[in-house]
Amino acid sequence: MSLDETARRDFLVGSLAGLSATMVAARWPAMAATIAVGQPTVFLTAAQAADVAAMAAQIFPTTDTPGANEARVIYFIDLALVSFAKDSQAVYTSGLADLQTRAAAMGAASFAALTSDQQIQVMTAIEKTPFFAAVRTHTITGMFAAPQHGGNYREAGWKMIGFDDSLNFQEPFGYYDRV
Amino acid sequence: MKKYDPSTEVDFVVIGSGAGGGVMAKQLSQAGFSVVVLEQGPWGSYGREESANKDELLNRYPAPQDMLLSDPKRQVATFRTNASEKAVPFDNSYGCVVGGGTVTYGASNWRHLPWEFDEASRFGNIPGANIVDWPISYAELEPYYTQAEWEIGVSGQRMDSPFLAPMSKPYPLPPLPQKGSGALLRTGAGKLGWTVVPNAAAIITRPYMGRAACTNCGMCSGYTCQVKARSSSAVSLLPFAEASGNCEIRANSYVHTIATDAGGKVTGAVYFETLNNDREIFQKAKAVVLCANGMASPRLLLLSKSNRFPDGLANSSGVVGKNLLSGNGGGATALFENPLNEYKGCVTGAAVVSFVPNDVKNRGFYGGARMTARGQQSPIQYGLSGPHGAPSWGTAYKKALIDQANRKMQMSNFISSIPVETNRVDLDPDVKDPWGLPAMRITQKSHDNDLKAIQFFIDRSVDVLKAAGAVQVWADEVHDARGGAHARATCRMGNDPKTSVINKFHRAHDVPNLFIVDNSSFVTGGRNHPTLTTSAMAFRAADHLVKAAKAGDIRI
Repeated sequence: MSLDETARRDFLVGSLAGLSATMVAARWPAMAATIAVGQPTVFLTAAQAADVAAMAAQIFPTTDTPGANEARVIYFIDLALVSFAKDSQAVYTSGLADLQTRAAAMGAASFAALTSDQQIQVMTAIEKTPFFAAVRTHTITGMFAAPQHGGNYREAGWKMIGFDDSLNFQEPFGYYDRV
Repeated sequence: MKKYDPSTEVDFVVIGSGAGGGVMAKQLSQAGFSVVVLEQGPWGSYGREESANKDELLNRYPAPQDMLLSDPKRQVATFRTNASEKAVPFDNSYGCVVGGGTVTYGASNWRHLPWEFDEASRFGNIPGANIVDWPISYAELEPYYTQAEWEIGVSGQRMDSPFLAPMSKPYPLPPLPQKGSGALLRTGAGKLGWTVVPNAAAIITRPYMGRAACTNCGMCSGYTCQVKARSSSAVSLLPFAEASGNCEIRANSYVHTIATDAGGKVTGAVYFETLNNDREIFQKAKAVVLCANGMASPRLLLLSKSNRFPDGLANSSGVVGKNLLSGNGGGATALFENPLNEYKGCVTGAAVVSFVPNDVKNRGFYGGARMTARGQQSPIQYGLSGPHGAPSWGTAYKKALIDQANRKMQMSNFISSIPVETNRVDLDPDVKDPWGLPAMRITQKSHDNDLKAIQFFIDRSVDVLKAAGAVQVWADEVHDARGGAHARATCRMGNDPKTSVINKFHRAHDVPNLFIVDNSSFVTGGRNHPTLTTSAMAFRAADHLVKAAKAGDIRI
C-alpha cells in the first residue's frame, strides 16, 4: 500500500510536539533516514532504546518467525514518541527510570542486560502499569503498521498473519466461500 | 459552490450533513430553495475521495482535520446509569465529518418491517417501558424506502419472506459478496432451519450513478471509501445538492443555538467557525431543519433555551432527549479450521432473519434481532485485541496470534431495544466542552427485557457457530447499552404534542418553522439498523416540506 504523501505530511505536521510545521517538513527526511538498523534514535537515548527494544522483544519475541527485533519496532516506537504518541513521552521517561532501578536491584547494569527470564519477571511485575501498556501498544502497532512508519520491516508482521495490503480483492476471499 | 452571505435570509438552514441532512439538502435545493448546510466536522475527503487515507496507523491517530469521528476532547460527553449518579466523561463516538456517520459506517441498510411501526397496538406495552405506535405506517413510508434505495444506491436481494419487509421494487444493485463468514452462517443456519439472507448495504456492487463498484478492499468501516462505492451522503447526496446551484455546505461550523424571535419562530442558527478563531456567525433562515443525529439534535434543542422556551426549544412536552435507544448486541466468536480472510470485503455479507419477529410467549422477552456474520479486523486492530484464550504478550501470545489469524468470525446481533423514559440525553450541569457549553450527558440503563434478549441471542450465536463446524467458540458476556452508535428516538414523532416532539411530517409541535429529521425522529427502534429508515423518512419529510414551502407555509 502506498502511503498518501499528503496525508503523511498532514499527520506529521498536525501531531509533532514542539516543532513548527516548517521544521517538521524539513526534518522528516532525516527522521525517515534513521529507520535503518544501527542509526541513532530521535527521542530515546541509546541506552533507553536498548531497554525498550528488549521489552519489545519480550512482548513480540523472535521464534521461528520474526519478532519485534527483526521488524525494527524500536525505530517505529522512537518516531511514535515524537509524533502520534508524544503524549506518552513522560510515561516512557518515568517507566524507563523505574526499569533501571529494578535492574540495578537485580545486580544488572540495565534492563537490557538482564537474562531473558529476569526480563520476563520484571515485565510481569509491571504488567498493570501505564508504561507497560504503552510499550505493548506501541510494539504491536509497530509490528503491524505500514512499513513507512518505521516498523513492520519488509512487511514481516503482515506476512506472519497472512495480511495482503492490496485494496482490490476478488471472491473467493477464503476457504469457505469457494463455490 | 454557491455562497450565501450569513446576513441574507436563506430558505433553509440544515444542521448536520449525514443520512438525514444529506437528503434534506439535496431535495430542498433541487426544488429551488436556498439552503445552507452547517456541519461541525471537517471536510474529510469530500470531493477528493480517491486520496482518502487507507493507512491504519494514520486512521487510528488522525490529525484534527483528518478526523472522521467525534473527538472526545471536543464533542464532550458524560455518562451515568441513573439520575442519582454523577456522570463521568466517556468516549461517545459518532460520525463527525461532511457526510456524517455515513462516511465511515458499515452501511447495513435494512427496512423496518410493517409491524415494527405499531408494536404497541399489536403486542402491548411492558412494565417500565414506553412503547408506543408510530404516527406513520409502513405503507406510507414504503415509496420513500424505494426512493432512498434507488437514489442513494443500496445493494441487496429482494425475497418474499415473513422475516423481511415487502418491497414494491427490487434493489437497484445485486448483493455484496457473502464472505467466508456468510458462507459458514449458511452452513450453520441451514442445519438449524434458519433463514439466511444477503446483507442489504449502501455499497454499490456495479457502477452506478457515476460511481465505481466496491473493490472489496476491506479497509471499510471506519475509513472513507476511496472509490466512492459506499453510498455515503458525501458522495450520493451532497454533490447533487451542490450541483443544484442553490446549496452551500459549510464544514467546521459548530452550531450552538437555534435562534428564535419573540413570536416563537426560529430565525436561523448561530455557530462558531472552528477554523476561524471560533468567530460567531448568525445565519438567517426562514426555517431550520435539524439533522444533527440522535444525540446531538436533542442536545442542541436543550442548548437553545430562551425566555419563551425555558426548557429548551420544542420541548413543551419535556420529551426532548428522552426514550434514548442505542445499539446493543452481543454474540460470539468462533475459530474455524481453514482461513476465512475476513479482512477482505465489506463488514458483513449475510444475516439470519428468522428471529426478527416478536415471540414473547416462547422466548420470554419482547423484541427480536437480526443476527449478522462478520469478522473484519485490520492488522493493528487484530494484534492489539489479541488472540482468544491466550496471554496478551510473549511467546504464547504470538503463537496464538499466528495460529488464529484469518480463521475467526463472529456473530454480531442487532437487537431491538426497549424505550425507557429515563434513558436520555440532556445537558451536563458541570462538565463543559472547549467552547464553554454544557457537555452532552447520557443517562442509560438497559431494560431487563433487553438483557434477556442479549443473552438469548448470544446463545443462538453459539448454536449457529457450532452447527457451522467451529473448532472453538467463545460466547460474549451480556453488557448494558452505553451510548454509542445507532442512537435514536430522542425527539420522537407523534400525533400528541404532550408526548412527542415532532408531528408526522417532522415539524416541531411547538415551532412551526423547525423540522427535525434524523435518528431522533424514531419512535421505536425496529431491529437496530436505523440508517435506511432515516433516509426514507427524510425523503418523505422533504416531499411534504417542498409542497408546504411552495404553498408559502414554511413559517406559517
